[in-house]
Amino acid sequence: MAIEMTGPATMAAPAGAPRDVIGWLRENLFSSPLNSVLTLISFGLIVLVVPPLVRWGILNAVWTGGLERCKAVQGTGACWIFIAEKYRLILFGLYPFKEQWRPLLMTVVLIALLAASMNRAFWRPWLGLAWLLGYLAMGILMWGGIFGLAFEDTDKWGGLPLTLILSVNAIAFSFPLAIALALGRRSDLPVIRMICTGFIELVRGVPLISVLFMASLMIPLFLPAGVDINKLLRAQAGIILFTGAYVAEVIRGGLQALPKGQIEAADSLGLGYWQKTGFVVLPQALSLVIPPMVNSFIATFKDTSLVIIIGLFDLFGSARLAANDPAWRPFYVEGLLFVALIYFVSCFSLARYSRYVERLARQGDQR
Amino acid sequence: MLPLTTGYFAGYQPMQVLFGLFAAAALTGAILIKDRNLKGMLWEALAVSLILMLGTYLAHNTIVNLANRKIATGFDFLDREARFEISESLIPYSAASTYGRAMLVGFLNTLKVSILGIILATILGVGIGILSLTRNWLVRQLAGGYVHFLRNIPVLLHIFLWYTAITNLLPPLRQALSPVPGIYLSQRGFFYPVPEPATGWTAALYGLIAGVVLAVAATRVARLRQDRTGEILPTGLVAILLVIGVPLIAWLVGGAPTAFSVPALKGFNFEGGTSISPEFFAVFGALSVYTSAYIAENTRAGILAVSRGQIEAGRTLGLSEGVILRQIILPQALRVILPPTTNQYLNLTKNSSLSVAVGYPDLVSISNTTLNQTGQAVECISIIMLVYLATSLATSALMNWYNRSIKVVER
Repeated sequence: MAIEMTGPATMAAPAGAPRDVIGWLRENLFSSPLNSVLTLISFGLIVLVVPPLVRWGILNAVWTGGLERCKAVQGTGACWIFIAEKYRLILFGLYPFKEQWRPLLMTVVLIALLAASMNRAFWRPWLGLAWLLGYLAMGILMWGGIFGLAFEDTDKWGGLPLTLILSVNAIAFSFPLAIALALGRRSDLPVIRMICTGFIELVRGVPLISVLFMASLMIPLFLPAGVDINKLLRAQAGIILFTGAYVAEVIRGGLQALPKGQIEAADSLGLGYWQKTGFVVLPQALSLVIPPMVNSFIATFKDTSLVIIIGLFDLFGSARLAANDPAWRPFYVEGLLFVALIYFVSCFSLARYSRYVERLARQGDQR
Repeated sequence: MLPLTTGYFAGYQPMQVLFGLFAAAALTGAILIKDRNLKGMLWEALAVSLILMLGTYLAHNTIVNLANRKIATGFDFLDREARFEISESLIPYSAASTYGRAMLVGFLNTLKVSILGIILATILGVGIGILSLTRNWLVRQLAGGYVHFLRNIPVLLHIFLWYTAITNLLPPLRQALSPVPGIYLSQRGFFYPVPEPATGWTAALYGLIAGVVLAVAATRVARLRQDRTGEILPTGLVAILLVIGVPLIAWLVGGAPTAFSVPALKGFNFEGGTSISPEFFAVFGALSVYTSAYIAENTRAGILAVSRGQIEAGRTLGLSEGVILRQIILPQALRVILPPTTNQYLNLTKNSSLSVAVGYPDLVSISNTTLNQTGQAVECISIIMLVYLATSLATSALMNWYNRSIKVVER
């Protein structure tokens, strides 16, 4: 089997190569007997899979009307009106129906802040201030209780806003923990190194679900009688600790990639440990790890779907909630696909962004 | 078992105060003292005393809370009767068995789904990874689409999609699909024939194991001979003959039994044959397909990391593309592929804990049931964590050993 080592993107057509359709087909699909067979198999797969999907998802699907029309096509066509009927429950969970503009606005603010943070031109001190103000505004919107907004407790939070809150907080708050752990793991002090390494390897060795069980069942035992932390905050704490261990390893990668000369230069300038770390090591190491950090964020974003197992209704959880309605139960798959689409679009675009940052960094190196 | 006396509780507060004083002393020293070595040790002492302070505080609270809620401590419950059924088990188990045995059943189920998942994920992942690098445009697009589509959806959603697809889209038991006679697909699981127990089949099984061992040994011998004399023996052919031939001969010698137990619909369920539960299949299918997308990316990156000159050298020697792939590219790519793929194997094993969501009785879901019945959260969660930690460490050790064994021996 011919392996294209340079990758398709860098293949340039030789001068005078045939650019017509037949030439392209021969070059790309039928260059050898094996290739022709592969093409035919792929074509067969497409013919086998795509038409039934199109029939189910588009041609036979119900786009308008009521439940009885869905019942009529059940099994042969998709029932997209389930989404139209339940999208607010799926997107916002059990948040009071009339107040759902609040989580909507919060989501818009959060996504705007995230989008702004993706642009290198905005990496200025005022972005930090914007995040602080944004957090304050988002807290007021979600909890309410002042400015005439009714108070909504965290047990009513759900849907996409909850997924976003859990994952953005996980990355934001695990970051300082992760820096401390990564520095600790590379510290000269053996006891500190042992503690940090032990914590990181312990957390990375166990599944997230066990950490969430611990957060939901053991934290209440750890606290003195009478003190109670609500379930969302406990889950969030568990996710932060879990993410911290993984992000710490990412940051350690950045620390290790830093040329030794940088540290020696700082030492020869007579800088102390904190000055050296704060002004020389961390700024360079952290900018090296931005692409893998984005990947950690994607992983965390997907992982937050596990909170459903301890009874929180994130995006996925509220889709299941919507399908609990007996009348709509047969159309659960449609709900799952809707949620899958949201996850796919978010994660795919973040992954593209991570690739873009990586390319930018490589261009910077080449200068 | 810790003695639950008030005197014992009382011991905690002075300890916390003591550790607090240690911490304060260490902090003052660390700030004031200029000597670098001493300063470092004082920072360490501070960290240790803070951890001990927090630890004793949490332990104290936990013991008080457990006593208040009248929850027992210790691992005595493992010897008590479990009183719940488990839907599938690799070892004999009934509701009269102990909690300890139930946990063992769960652990074996975790291992079963993880090992089978790792095998399928590797086959799919390596295959797709190689396909994503062919000159064929269509195949490349399909392979790329496969990877992107699977990676960007949470694994839990994959599991639910598989489970829902099986239980909603397949027909009920009585109208089970039968693509091949003897095999039935229904929303209650897949049913397929198995050979009736007979000496011939047992012999064939041992024959298969012996055949594989012999094939590995024959390959080794041929390799050594090639290193010494340069003579190439037909190892592939010999290996295939051994793996197929030895069990076949064992089967013939054992009396060549041909009786199969074929599933047949009797009343409300199938009798005969054996079955795969929808829960197992959903977890197995979702985990292996999800992980295969990551392994495909690792494979692709590994192959791209092999220097182009190696392949050109192979072509110059007049080797065929297949030999170049098997003898030049893959052995070198393997060294790059293996470390990240080990991580994926560990991830798959850890993700198998999501079985609890569809009710496949793995370690986590059985510990969860045990936890709900006994209330002993600390013990049950510790068991889950320790078992996974041990499994992860064992897998890493195994893969590190393998990684070392395929490393290039430099002069």
